[in-house]
Amino acid sequence: MPKKYETPLLDELEKGPFPSFVTEIKKAAARSDMAADELGQLEKSYRDKRGYWKHGGIVGVRGYGSGVIGRYSSLADQFPDVANFHTVRINCTSGFFYTSKFLKEMCDIWDKYGSGLTNLHGSTGDLVLLGTNTENLEPIFAEFSSRGWDLGGSGSALRTPSCCVGPARCEWSNIDTLGITYSVTQEFQDEMHRPAFPYKFKIKTAGCAVDCIASIARADLSIIGTWKGKIAVDQGEVANYAKKGMKIQEEIVNKCPSKCMSYDGKELKIDDDNCVRCMHCIAKMTKALKPTGEKGATILMGSKAPFVIGATLSWVIVPFMKLEEPYDELKDLIRKMWEFWDEHGKNRERIGELVIRKGMREFLEFIGIDPVPQQVKEPRRDPFFFWTEADLQK
Amino acid sequence: MEKAEVAQKIYELVEKSTGKKKLKSSDIQKTISADLNITRDDVKAALKDLVDEGKLIYTYFGGSFVEIPPK
Ligand code: HEM
Ligand code: SF4
Ligand code: SF4
Repeated sequence: MPKKYETPLLDELEKGPFPSFVTEIKKAAARSDMAADELGQLEKSYRDKRGYWKHGGIVGVRGYGSGVIGRYSSLADQFPDVANFHTVRINCTSGFFYTSKFLKEMCDIWDKYGSGLTNLHGSTGDLVLLGTNTENLEPIFAEFSSRGWDLGGSGSALRTPSCCVGPARCEWSNIDTLGITYSVTQEFQDEMHRPAFPYKFKIKTAGCAVDCIASIARADLSIIGTWKGKIAVDQGEVANYAKKGMKIQEEIVNKCPSKCMSYDGKELKIDDDNCVRCMHCIAKMTKALKPTGEKGATILMGSKAPFVIGATLSWVIVPFMKLEEPYDELKDLIRKMWEFWDEHGKNRERIGELVIRKGMREFLEFIGIDPVPQQVKEPRRDPFFFWTEADLQK
Repeated sequence: MEKAEVAQKIYELVEKSTGKKKLKSSDIQKTISADLNITRDDVKAALKDLVDEGKLIYTYFGGSFVEIPPK
């Protein structure tokens, strides 16, 4: 019979109509001492208004430097079953596709060796298994690897790449997000499992600017699908939207960020040269508007939430790259970026922070990419310009 | 140079800095490749062997490091 704790504070978070994490932890606690101690420690944290988890140290399975995140309770005497309560990251599939059979097997393995609590999917993208002890790590790994699964990334390494469902389920995808993610995952196994970077590195791929994977806000390398041609307009469908009550001027034209659309009540016009491919109009008028021409991706870098300088969105480094198997141009670019970071980065400095510190100029020179207007994120705030010897000779 | 010799040098480097400075994989790659005049890939391959054999392990303390496992 598992332990039971009084949890008056946590119980408050079961009230209301929505699903509750407390209810789920309680269900797990009815069968697992680990989950019961997790609940008990959490109640104490709420009461004392502080956390009792420590992390880091020695973790992992033989041969791996990532995939397991060590978690230790600082109240091991009180809650011995969470004295070790490690997180296991399983490399997600591209677009998060699983069979129900695999999910059942995963749950059985996890009930046997862990707390029974999972997190699908963690912010990084992995299939996350929450809470097991050190002795169980090797058996868990053996169970998953014998079924063809592998650990994800953690620590100062490439994190498990992830992407939107892309062409598998979405008509807007300009690139094969799934194929790209699969390919970089295979290519960079060493960088994922044997941490050798100054800090973490995340790659997220979205098929279009709707960006369902939020790559622009949470990836060191954001790959976002785009197109080169015009937006084809079906005026008949535009008329249908209007007839059904869409306020085209207000909802579409006025909200175009580059103000490149016009509508006279009959015809919708787009000045494609000034369109920034934001997807707003296409997402609203799917039947009427369609991107045409060459498809590819914009490559951006540097986003992270708690940057030393504040939250940062990714900025453009390559406005348009064709992305076709085997994605050599992309992989070469990634390697070059890592080389720059390896040479100049400090411990725990994300690549975006490094580029902000050193400046885009030095970075672009190193990776061998020409400066172009699309890379300008915002106007500069200082009036000084430093010429190099090479500039003066021109 | 034999891979085993490279591995030996790596182990000695990690041993020497134990208790003084935690080394990152990249520190080891830079130092050993310069000392022995070999490529970083060679160092990586030897380091991989050491970790696969359990002679060295990765640890995490606000960053990933390579260390000798505790007794
Ligand atoms: C070798 C000595 C000096 C050097 C190298 C120097 C350099 C400069 C520079 C680079 C600027 C900025 C110009 C700009 O914004 O475009 C500046 C502005 C200024 N300096 Fe100096 N300065 C020197 C001496 C002085 C002295 C002795 C004074 C006053 C007693 C002075 C008063 C000012 C003022 C008031 C401005 C602002 C001008 C404005 O608002 O545009 N400077 N100085
Ligand atoms: S990011 Fe674009 S392509 Fe990917 S799922 Fe969302 S809308 Fe579709
Ligand atoms: S995609 Fe965005 S920028 Fe381009 S026309 Fe539509 S709303 Fe305007």
